[in-house]
Amino acid sequence: MPTAVATRSAESGRPLAPAFDAVDRPDREGILDCVHCGLCLPSCPTYLTTGLEMASPRGRIHLMRAVDEGQAGISADFVKHLDQCLGCLACQTACPSGVPYGYLLEAARTQIERRYERPAGDRRLRRVILSLFPHPERLAWLLVALSWYQRLGLSGVVRNTGLLALLSPRLAQMEALLPEVPSAAARRPLPGVTPAVGQRLGRVGFLTGCVQRFVLPDLNRATARVLAAAGYEVVSPQGQGCCGALHLHSGDLETGRALARRTIQAFERAQVDLVAVNAAGCGAAMKEYGHLLRDDAEWRSRAEAFRARVRDISQILAGVSWRQELKPVPVTVTYHEACHLAHAQRIRKEPRLILQRIPDLQLVELPESDLCCGSAGVYNLLQTEMAGRLLQRKIDRIRETGASVVAIGNVGCLLQIGLGLRQAKLPVRTVHPVELVDWSLHGMPDGEPRA
Amino acid sequence: MNGSGLAPETRTHLIRSCERIVGPEGVISAPDELRVYECDALTFYHRVMPDLVVLPTSTQQVADVVRLCREAGVPFLPRGAGTGLSGGATPDAGGVMIVLTRMNRILDIDVPSRLATVEAGFINLWLTNAVKRHGLFYAPDPASQQACSIGGNVAENAGGPHCLKYGVTTNHVLGATVVLPDGEVRQLGGKIQDRPGYDLLGVFVGSEGTLGICTEVTVRLLPQPEAVKTLLAVFRTIEEASNAVSGIIARGIIPVAMEMLDREIIKAVEANVKAGYPLDAGAVLLIELDGPRAEIEAEAVGVEATCREHGCIELRVARTDEERALLWKGRKEAAGSVGRITHHYYLQDAVVPRSKLPKILREIGEIGGRYGLIIANVFHAGDGNIHPLICFDLTTPGDLDRAIAAGSEIMKRCIEAGGSVSGEHGIGHEKRDYLPLMYSPADLAAMLRVRAVFDPAGLCNPGKIFPADRPEGHGDRNLQSPAMTAVSDR
Ligand SMILES: Cc1cc2nc3c(=O)[nH]c(=O)nc-3n(C[C@H](O)[C@H](O)[C@H](O)COP(=O)(O)OP(=O)(O)OC[C@H]3O[C@@H](n4cnc5c(N)ncnc54)[C@H](O)[C@@H]3O)c2cc1C
Ligand code: SF4
Ligand code: SF4
Repeated sequence: MPTAVATRSAESGRPLAPAFDAVDRPDREGILDCVHCGLCLPSCPTYLTTGLEMASPRGRIHLMRAVDEGQAGISADFVKHLDQCLGCLACQTACPSGVPYGYLLEAARTQIERRYERPAGDRRLRRVILSLFPHPERLAWLLVALSWYQRLGLSGVVRNTGLLALLSPRLAQMEALLPEVPSAAARRPLPGVTPAVGQRLGRVGFLTGCVQRFVLPDLNRATARVLAAAGYEVVSPQGQGCCGALHLHSGDLETGRALARRTIQAFERAQVDLVAVNAAGCGAAMKEYGHLLRDDAEWRSRAEAFRARVRDISQILAGVSWRQELKPVPVTVTYHEACHLAHAQRIRKEPRLILQRIPDLQLVELPESDLCCGSAGVYNLLQTEMAGRLLQRKIDRIRETGASVVAIGNVGCLLQIGLGLRQAKLPVRTVHPVELVDWSLHGMPDGEPRA
Repeated sequence: MNGSGLAPETRTHLIRSCERIVGPEGVISAPDELRVYECDALTFYHRVMPDLVVLPTSTQQVADVVRLCREAGVPFLPRGAGTGLSGGATPDAGGVMIVLTRMNRILDIDVPSRLATVEAGFINLWLTNAVKRHGLFYAPDPASQQACSIGGNVAENAGGPHCLKYGVTTNHVLGATVVLPDGEVRQLGGKIQDRPGYDLLGVFVGSEGTLGICTEVTVRLLPQPEAVKTLLAVFRTIEEASNAVSGIIARGIIPVAMEMLDREIIKAVEANVKAGYPLDAGAVLLIELDGPRAEIEAEAVGVEATCREHGCIELRVARTDEERALLWKGRKEAAGSVGRITHHYYLQDAVVPRSKLPKILREIGEIGGRYGLIIANVFHAGDGNIHPLICFDLTTPGDLDRAIAAGSEIMKRCIEAGGSVSGEHGIGHEKRDYLPLMYSPADLAAMLRVRAVFDPAGLCNPGKIFPADRPEGHGDRNLQSPAMTAVSDR
């Protein structure tokens, strides 16, 4: 593999004057790994939707290269096309050349956030949205506000609140995303330790996440119950907060690193064998902590050790031999592959496997199951139009399957697809695969389906 | 490099008019956006941005844009997925690029007649996926099939591994709706195979976007074979493997595919897909047989015996669909995987008579050694269609020149061996100066007359295929194509 780093443009022979600076700069070797073959194009949701090469992986890499080589600057157009990238990493799955697109994107976005002056409104909106996630209590506050908002409609009070006014164009989107805001009782935290049922196989730390903890509390309870039934003692460590995924995807690597260190520390203290995650986006980010902290002498090895323990819940459950009988769950289920499971973590078989083991559950394949639903972290709040088009496409595919349940291994997608189904008035229920396992172990829940 | 230096008023007029035709969201004119259209999958020597890019959604819109260009006297060119390897979808010197990616619908699938009509931007692999449930498939399967468009396939007369038995694109296209370079919409061919009169569709297929833009294509679908058998034969040397290829054909067996991968390619593939090709092999042959079960079982015996006669050290048979898919994934992603062993490659495409394979491969090895460059080989051995990938690094001074010189030598050797300078990737911009090595001036003049019948104004994808085709003012004088260098230093 050639390693010499160029000092002159290969094409023009001019000296390279990169518009990127040296801090978290997109790796030139990684950019050059792209041989421009175009095989990734149709896997990219934004290219598929627009037919534009600027909106394709190859195009985005080409633009990064132009900026890296000083042939172009960090212009509004450059920013626009990187903003529109979902970070779904479908291109990484498709690429035969091994281009580390995710790392390139992360780094390019950091350069943008540090070196590009966004229009004021845009800047504020991004700051507000991002400032919510590492702080579950702020989210909780917003949720309370939203539950009032839901009850009262567009009340004057809400409209006059500074924050909400700022958010207002997106507020409808955010509000729409939420299922019924869970009651305070439902939102109470998980117990610190859930004992294993029967003989203990090991001790699992559980990432409760910043969103699902409040928005989908049943999911976390189901996850803990299922892990316990599988023989694991389940700990949800104090002091864990946001995993930093959203910051990493939005060009704030510094905050991302701080959150990573905090997460690592919380789980180190809890002395767990494995770290279980039920949100694919968080799991994917945590598996990348080693890369994220690679230049941090103090944390590098701790990050590596932590990373090696992280498992998506489906990875753990696929290997479990159940001690109790699995009861029939007679529903037709289709499975949507979250990008951060299928593409970022390359986990495709395990979720299907755990569903197939449930008696009477009929699993039907979803066409384009690994095409992004448009949720992509906070993408749906920032790029509403593209997100909406992708969501519509996903809902159409789900409708075609005739399934009554769609299983989804990621929180963002659960909310996004849930929204799409509600808007389309399609009587299809959204659940996490682990919830179906929970139904099979502990009986189906009563009450309203979530979708 | 920037476009053709259109007068600003002309450019503004074109942008406004195109926006009226396709809507503002279908016209790209910002330099930072146009940049991504400055090359296709051939990236290293000819990069030119179009003046603007237009994305039509209907045949009528294509016709309107073409007419507009003709009236303004501005060159234009079609582009599909941009996976072409000869610079065909890169402007010669600016002009309007008409991109067909938004025309990607299925228009009709006629199962009883085994026909499909799709828009030109429809992706090759999608077609087979769409008709699978009817027990059908679309035979031409370029290694880029997951991304390339049917329109681009028609323009390049694309082939693929399975074309050894089934034939290339032209054998599967029955009709096309074409916007001629004057903006007229014409139907070439139709839904039936044999038509009296000149085969204008045959002329159009393989014309590399120089005779017009096809917007809809009707193709033949084939029934899936009763059985398929995929074998991997491992050899110590590429020469033994080449002899086996000739041996198999000489035995009267026509496999659907016979693909060769040499040691360097195996290394790259295994770094990517882990297809299970042995890393210590000199070469592997991927052989596929299809047809009635009894027939292919008998053929498999013949294939195995021939391979063993020629020194095959291991022969594996895919037992499951997954194993078969994995063996093929390795082959299909081979060229892309080369990014694992080099940053840049110059992919050659040439044909030699099958019997000359051992000789030409030996010569390629020598040429690589002489220039100090790795040359990896993956190719359609059954057709004698070789694809040497000359690996180099643009950032190493002199590497590019060496790669180009090595490429030219390979080309010359192929022609000396009675071969051709292009198997399936087209002449495009890259190989236009090689044509005189193959054709006499009279031959070329005859071809140019055909072209002039379709495109008298010379505005439709100018600068491609023909060395002489350089209307004043549109020539690209700074860059010589690789062949130009080769020809001039002869
Ligand atoms: C990794 C890799 C592997 C490949 N393997 C093969 C292979 O096995 N076999 C093979 O044959 N090729 C192969 N190719 C080359 C390429 O994929 C084919 O030539 C393909 O047909 C190009 O299709 P496209 O849609 O990308 O066309 P483009 O690259 O966009 O265009 C190619 C040419 O067609 C013209 N064109 C495009 N659309 C139209 C239209 N609608 N009407 C008229 N002209 C049009 C363009 O002007 C240009 O001259 C490979 C390429 C890569 C990168
Ligand atoms: S991450 Fe997703 S949206 Fe972004 S370039 Fe890759 S495939 Fe396209
Ligand atoms: S598939 Fe990989 S190498 Fe090919 S264009 Fe896409 S990112 Fe580049």
